[in-house]
Amino acid sequence: MNELRRNILKSAGAAGVVAMAATAGLLKSGNALAAWNSNAFAAKSSAEAIKDLGLPTPADSKAITIKAPDIAENGAVVPVEVLSTLPGTTNIVIISEKNPTVLIADFKLSNGAEGFVSTRIKMAQTSMIRAVVAAGGKTYTAAKEVKVTIGGCGG
Amino acid sequence: MAEPMKMRASISGDVADIKVLMNHPMESGQRKDAKTGQIIPAHFIDEVHATLNGKPVLDAQWGGGVSKNPYLGFKVKGAKAGDKVEISWKDNKGESNKVDGVVS
Repeated sequence: MNELRRNILKSAGAAGVVAMAATAGLLKSGNALAAWNSNAFAAKSSAEAIKDLGLPTPADSKAITIKAPDIAENGAVVPVEVLSTLPGTTNIVIISEKNPTVLIADFKLSNGAEGFVSTRIKMAQTSMIRAVVAAGGKTYTAAKEVKVTIGGCGG
Repeated sequence: MAEPMKMRASISGDVADIKVLMNHPMESGQRKDAKTGQIIPAHFIDEVHATLNGKPVLDAQWGGGVSKNPYLGFKVKGAKAGDKVEISWKDNKGESNKVDGVVS
C-alpha cells in the first residue's frame, strides 16, 4: 500500500516538473511569438524586464542613439526616438526606469525594417530612458536622462 | 468602435518612412479618477503589427506607458513607391483597428 502511494506521489512530482519546464519554455518563446508578455510588462526594474523578455544582460553600446528632450515639461507625452546602427537589429525595447512598471514597448523588426523607432511615452518622474537592442544574437543597451517637470502616470 | 487611424508612408531613396497616429485613451490602470478616487481600469493598445506588401516588418508589444493617442514612426529599407502598408493594433479589451495605405 505504502509503496503504491509513494509511486503515485513520485509520478505526480515528475509530471509537475515537466509541466513547469514546459511553462518556462513557453514563456520564453512566447516573447518571440504573439502572446503578450505580462511578466515583463509588470517588471519594476529594467534588469527584471530584460530578464522577463528572455534577453541576456546587455552590454553598453555607442551604436544606439536615444533622441529625447533633456527636460520634459509634461511627463504624459515624452517623444522618444531610438536609432540603432548595429547590423542585424531585430529588437528595440524602450524602458523608463522609474515608472511604476518600467517596460514601455518591445518592437520586433524584420524584413528590412531599420533599427529605428519613434514614439511618445509617459514618464512618472525624472529618470533614465533605456533602450535595449538585440542585434546579431547579442544584446546591447544605452540610456539617456530626461528631467520631468510634471509626471505623467498619476493623476 | 475605435476611431480612424492616420498613416503616412513616404519614400526616400529605397527607405519607406512610415508614420502612424492612433486614437486610443491608453489608460495604464495606475490613474485615479479625480472625482471618485477610484482607479480607472487599464485600457491600452498592447499589440501593434505592420506589414509591407503582406510581409511582417514590425511587431510590437506595448504596455500602458505609451502616451495617449499613440504615435509610431519606423523605417523599412528595400521599399518602393506603390508598396502596400498595413498597420493594425489590438488592445487589452480585445478591441482592434487597422489602416492601410500605399508608399508614395
